[in-house]
Amino acid sequence: MAEKITIHDPRGYPPKVTGKRLAPRLESLDGKVVFLVDCLFDNSEVFMEQVQLWFAENLPTVKIRNIKPRESWVDDPKMRATVEAEGDAAILGVGL
Amino acid sequence: MSLEESGVPTVAVHTDAFARLAQSVAYANGMPTTRQTYVPQPIVDKSPADLRAYVEGEDPISNRPFMQEVIEGLSHPLNDNDLNGMTFERMTPRLMDPNTEDNLQALFVENHWTDNLPIILPTEERVAAMLKGTSHSPDEIVGRLNPTAFREFWEFDVEKVAVNAVMAGAKPEYFPVILALAASGVSARSSSTNSFATISLVNGPIRNEIGMNDGIGVMGPYNHANSTIGRAHNLLSINLQGGSVPDDTYMGTLGNWYNYSSCFAEAEERSPWQPFHVQQGFKPTDSAVSVFFGGWYTQAGYGPRETWQEKMRRALAACEQNIAPIFVLDPIVARGFVELGFDTKEKLANWCSENALLPAREYWDDQWIQTLKYPLAVAGVEPFASRLKAKPDGLVSMYEPEDISIVVTGGETQGAWKMIAGEHRHGFTVSVDNWL
Repeated sequence: MAEKITIHDPRGYPPKVTGKRLAPRLESLDGKVVFLVDCLFDNSEVFMEQVQLWFAENLPTVKIRNIKPRESWVDDPKMRATVEAEGDAAILGVGL
Repeated sequence: MSLEESGVPTVAVHTDAFARLAQSVAYANGMPTTRQTYVPQPIVDKSPADLRAYVEGEDPISNRPFMQEVIEGLSHPLNDNDLNGMTFERMTPRLMDPNTEDNLQALFVENHWTDNLPIILPTEERVAAMLKGTSHSPDEIVGRLNPTAFREFWEFDVEKVAVNAVMAGAKPEYFPVILALAASGVSARSSSTNSFATISLVNGPIRNEIGMNDGIGVMGPYNHANSTIGRAHNLLSINLQGGSVPDDTYMGTLGNWYNYSSCFAEAEERSPWQPFHVQQGFKPTDSAVSVFFGGWYTQAGYGPRETWQEKMRRALAACEQNIAPIFVLDPIVARGFVELGFDTKEKLANWCSENALLPAREYWDDQWIQTLKYPLAVAGVEPFASRLKAKPDGLVSMYEPEDISIVVTGGETQGAWKMIAGEHRHGFTVSVDNWL
């Protein structure tokens, strides 16, 4: 029978994960401000325009506003503050 | 997810190729029920009509109408899981349960802890021997790594780096270089869809002290130190950042053979120019390792012969505009450029910058230039703003001189050169001496 040996585990140390709750949902989107957040991937602007057109044609009472961060893959606190202050909900896309 | 934390109900839209990745990131952020919706891959190059069909079609993951998923994600009531999130800790043991060598080799492959080649099993004796290669304490924190910017960082200490160095087959005398690579914070296993690798360059006295190759076959598998240091950087990146597993923590569409091992040394004694680390502010007597993020494209040539300018203009134009090259020259080529008047690396980098030209419409017609540089251009950040002002057929420079790294190495059996994708950012050259 082959000898058993003891070896090291090669993995690093993952951070503790702290649970976070989702934001309360809206009862209805009627009359609400929904931000379409363009994540700046190539062609995501065109995709978001199509989402905007869909709302205009199917749910015209929803107030759609388009917004973009200043830079790809970098947090934009100013943009986030605008969405938090002036928006009721947000749709982010298109992430990879 | 920060918008959710601020009280704004949010739905994220992804392409279906990234479903597992999106769910894994949400889980690691303690918000596993984040509302995610999916459209088919790809978005790039699709027309407005194609994208309208995505919007009006089905979510390919849930098989329900896409917009219904979006609207319900913002307006359907939450359940207990949504309200509590998920708190948990993941422990990494120091030692594994005893087992046979064959079973442990198989277990490491099964767990995606290797490059799928056999490894040296990290026994306590071997790891203790590796730790003698540095004066630093085994429990000293070396740094943090993550596979990409939006994923969580994992932390690691000197002993964990030693474990991976043993696995790669490295000798204890190489360990300070491997610690410096780990401390750089640059993963050799980026999860980018671009299939990037990280190439490392060693400069200073340590090269000769540990017997690195800067001669014949320098960029091939012909030297124990070069091979195992490069392999160690990859193995430690896999294991210390939380994995490099296809469809989860690795998304490179084609993959990259540089991900096995890509570490080399500069032929400082045979170069007519300053060593690379000296260009970065180190003394010639310092030892340092530099990392280059890329390893994606490679151009090659010879010379410089009579038509060298035409050849190099073509090669530069064929490089990708998003990542500048490391220009690697055999010493024969470097001396040839000196004879042409390029008596410093900086002069050659200036020439490359002035001659790496593309028509503006070609420069901007690139998905990564559109994604990463176009927003900066619109915000007025130079040099991108000026490139955006150019007429479509006007020529724009692809790179600034400081973007182009020049390294001299090779065995002088031929006057050969290569241009390899390799972005060297500020802070990417790390002291090895600090890890002795």
